[in-house]
Amino acid sequence: MSSLSEFDNSSADTDAPGLTKPAKEVTGEVAVSVENVSVTYRTTFERVPTLKQAMVRFGRGQKAVREVHAVRNVSFDVPKGSVLGIIGHNGAGKSTLMRTIAGILPPNEGRISVSGRVSTLLALGVGFNTQLTGRENVMLGGLASGLSRAEIMERYQEITDFAELGDFIDAPVRTYSSGMFSRLAFSVAVHMRPDILLIDEALSAGDAQFKNKANAKMQELVDNASTMLLVSHALGTIKTICNDCIWLDHGVLKMRGNPAEVVAAYTDFVKVKQSAEVLEDL
Amino acid sequence: MSTPSDSRTRARAMQTFEPHRAGIPPLLPYVREMWGRRHFAAELSRATMRAAHSRTFFGQFWLVLNPTLSALVYYLLVVIIAGGSKGPEFFAHLLVGLFAFNFISASMSMGAASVVGGGRLVMNTAFPRLLLPLSAVRTAFLRFLPSLIIVVVFFLLRVNGVFDGWQAAAGKGAATPLHFSPVQLLAIPVFGLIMLFACGLAAFMATLQVYFRDMTSFLPFFTRIWLYLSPVLWEVETAHEKVKQLLAFNPIFRLFEVWGDVIVRGTVPDTGVWLAAAAWSIGALLVGSLFLMSREREFAVRV
Ligand SMILES: Nc1ncnc2c1ncn2[C@@H]1O[C@H](COP(=O)(O)OP(=O)(O)OP(=O)(O)O)[C@@H](O)[C@H]1O
Ligand SMILES: [Mg+2]
Repeated sequence: MSSLSEFDNSSADTDAPGLTKPAKEVTGEVAVSVENVSVTYRTTFERVPTLKQAMVRFGRGQKAVREVHAVRNVSFDVPKGSVLGIIGHNGAGKSTLMRTIAGILPPNEGRISVSGRVSTLLALGVGFNTQLTGRENVMLGGLASGLSRAEIMERYQEITDFAELGDFIDAPVRTYSSGMFSRLAFSVAVHMRPDILLIDEALSAGDAQFKNKANAKMQELVDNASTMLLVSHALGTIKTICNDCIWLDHGVLKMRGNPAEVVAAYTDFVKVKQSAEVLEDL
Repeated sequence: MSTPSDSRTRARAMQTFEPHRAGIPPLLPYVREMWGRRHFAAELSRATMRAAHSRTFFGQFWLVLNPTLSALVYYLLVVIIAGGSKGPEFFAHLLVGLFAFNFISASMSMGAASVVGGGRLVMNTAFPRLLLPLSAVRTAFLRFLPSLIIVVVFFLLRVNGVFDGWQAAAGKGAATPLHFSPVQLLAIPVFGLIMLFACGLAAFMATLQVYFRDMTSFLPFFTRIWLYLSPVLWEVETAHEKVKQLLAFNPIFRLFEVWGDVIVRGTVPDTGVWLAAAAWSIGALLVGSLFLMSREREFAVRV
């Protein structure tokens, strides 16, 4: 079973829905379809790219651009309402895949179809400009992701109430602690009422109280039939929340199936004991 | 880049992300996306203005004072070099040209900073990146507007004879003294062309800045040379032969010719001049935006 993935979607719900898994029927509709997708980064590994360096390089006849094959020929479907966990080692291509599904990074090969509106909570926080205030950032992030001003105002109260930032909402984001930052990011992402929510290692900086609240919120979204893609190194969370799971290894889809089985295979593979901390962290 | 469209159709919309053929995203959906997110560009520009205090009284005051002072400095420079025979008509020419040039150069520098300064917004949100330089041009435009007050005040004073003494001291009068005429309304469409030109330039600089972060240190020198080579601090008729030959290659020459004709001289230039001005500005817009669009896929990983 550690061999290559089966692309059998029906196996996703054969697993008895546990307390925390989506309790409803997963309909046959596909929310996200990834077909033979490859993503290659072509980049220079300079700290800051400058004209000066480019000229020096040109003079020496060096080639600056290197290619990183971050995602290689990956295919899978995500049925509407399912919660897909994505696991894999650091640099496996998980974040890259998420950005491709979010439409930020068009694939080099293959195609991705997404039905419905996507909201992202990626590793770097929601689109925040640190010079501007939290309020301005909420507005800008919402407008950039295609909501109207009215739609944002409608959600604004919910967002700020949930983030519990108090007066800091009108302070420049550069004055936020990293926890405050991730609170706001999480709050914005979940309150955009997305059809598909992409979460990449959210909440690493939230405190215990906020983590509980965030978990409850995610549970609510799961119950409300939102489709969710969740990248996490917290294998326990993957096992409890997700009803489907994929394992990426060096950009290749290594396995797909029941979260418990995939996690077991993955831990077997990397020979990591599932310690309590790993389970606890979201 | 394909991203969710209009909020009404969005919920059911099926989006497909595929490799871009020929490196440029499909144009029509791209433009539709941009239109759908135009409020984002406006809000970004508004927030930028707020952060720079441009909307306070002193902020606005500075936006009037700063270009006036720089016009005075350049006037002084020209008078010293030319040996002191420049009347109010020349000053109006300098004022009007310099303010438009400042708008272009501000669009360029703010445009250059727009994508790189977009930071996490660029890394984590899918939207047409062309909106970033366009938003910068909007900011540059709003910062340009207050300087028009100076132009109007100067014209009023001149028409009411306040500068007659100056005129007498400068010697030979201009062919047409400053006056108000309906022709000056043409300045609005002309500025439209200048704006298109600025948008193209801002997009171009925004893209270059992603690859060469030291662009911003060269930019001031470049703009300064460009200013000296353009008929802003001098008039075409009195220019050196060699400089005149270069003018054909100066992208803003025709634009500024039309701009100065309709405002300062109150004349309507020939159709050929209009066409050349329009060609340069639309050309710049196309080159700049297509360059950005062909590269914007990489912005998310390079910013
Ligand atoms: N901006 C970039 N430019 C060049 N290469 C990159 C860039 N971002 C990521 N990569 C490379 O792509 C590969 C996949 O990275 P990615 O961030 O998707 O991994 P990940 O699975 O999210 O890892 P982690 O668990 O550490 O978050 C890595 O080899 C990484 O070095
Ligand atoms: Mg990652």
